[in-house]
Amino acid sequence: MRVSVVTFPGSNCDRDAFEVFSSRGHAAKMIWHKDHDLKKPDLVVIPGGFSYGDYLRCGALARFSPIVSEVISFAKRGGLVLGICNGFQILTEAGLLPGALMMNQSLAFICKHQYLKVQTNDSPFTNGIEVGTVLDIPIAHKEGNYYIDNDGLNKLCDHDQILFRYCDAQGATTSESNPNGSLQNIAGIINTQRNILGMMPHPERSATDTVLSQDGKMIFEALERYV
Amino acid sequence: MYKAKIFVQLKASVLDPQGKAVTNSLHNLGFADVAETRISKYIEISIDSADEAKAKTEIEQICDSLLANPNTETYNFVLEKQE
Repeated sequence: MRVSVVTFPGSNCDRDAFEVFSSRGHAAKMIWHKDHDLKKPDLVVIPGGFSYGDYLRCGALARFSPIVSEVISFAKRGGLVLGICNGFQILTEAGLLPGALMMNQSLAFICKHQYLKVQTNDSPFTNGIEVGTVLDIPIAHKEGNYYIDNDGLNKLCDHDQILFRYCDAQGATTSESNPNGSLQNIAGIINTQRNILGMMPHPERSATDTVLSQDGKMIFEALERYV
Repeated sequence: MYKAKIFVQLKASVLDPQGKAVTNSLHNLGFADVAETRISKYIEISIDSADEAKAKTEIEQICDSLLANPNTETYNFVLEKQE
């Protein structure tokens, strides 16, 4: 798989994503946000971090980087895009995914292991994973509280666009297992064409042999089955 | 020259955890009658233009394209003529 990882000023999970894909034998490239060429990837990764210092709103300024217009046209042609954490915020600000990521209900930056439940396997990112599978994938954010208006939420549900919900170890999606106040425990969503995934948890931080949880590997394995 | 004084506010339907925390703090300070607090952003932009209508259109474009997120926020502004 050819993978292009975009680096914005303030990105800090770009190297992690690059290393995970490289270590799995993929041709990964780092792409600077001022570049105009994505280098013909199968998958674009918009990594986590604090692009443009989170000024104004998280992700709001990154959208105007030159490479983002390339990402938008790549995505509109059906290219696979994975936005993680700040990447998810950028994708909503760029209009590639609906809704918005608001400040956590607790007002706190939360950095911890978190359980997620796979809601659908009808996607390039979850194909082959049994629905209901509970994954332990860390979160690290202050603005991960997913919000969308009622019409938008109904559309997400009608089109099976919710890929992951926060849950407890047993897979129960309760308010106690909701770390940030996200509507309906939403942790990750896909667009209606099913090629753009945005998720707050960090699969790239749980996909190497040196870390406690390796559940993030399941998402990368799904991508490998698909491409 | 015109100065735009712009307020970007969360829509009424969107929860404001910061506002809620401030309300709680105000209650702790003894302001028991504070019913609700909403936090918004205030932005000033100076436009080097003598044409008020043009400045107004430009500020609207600026708000729509960057300053406010239409999913969660609304905005309003006043334009003041500067000497």
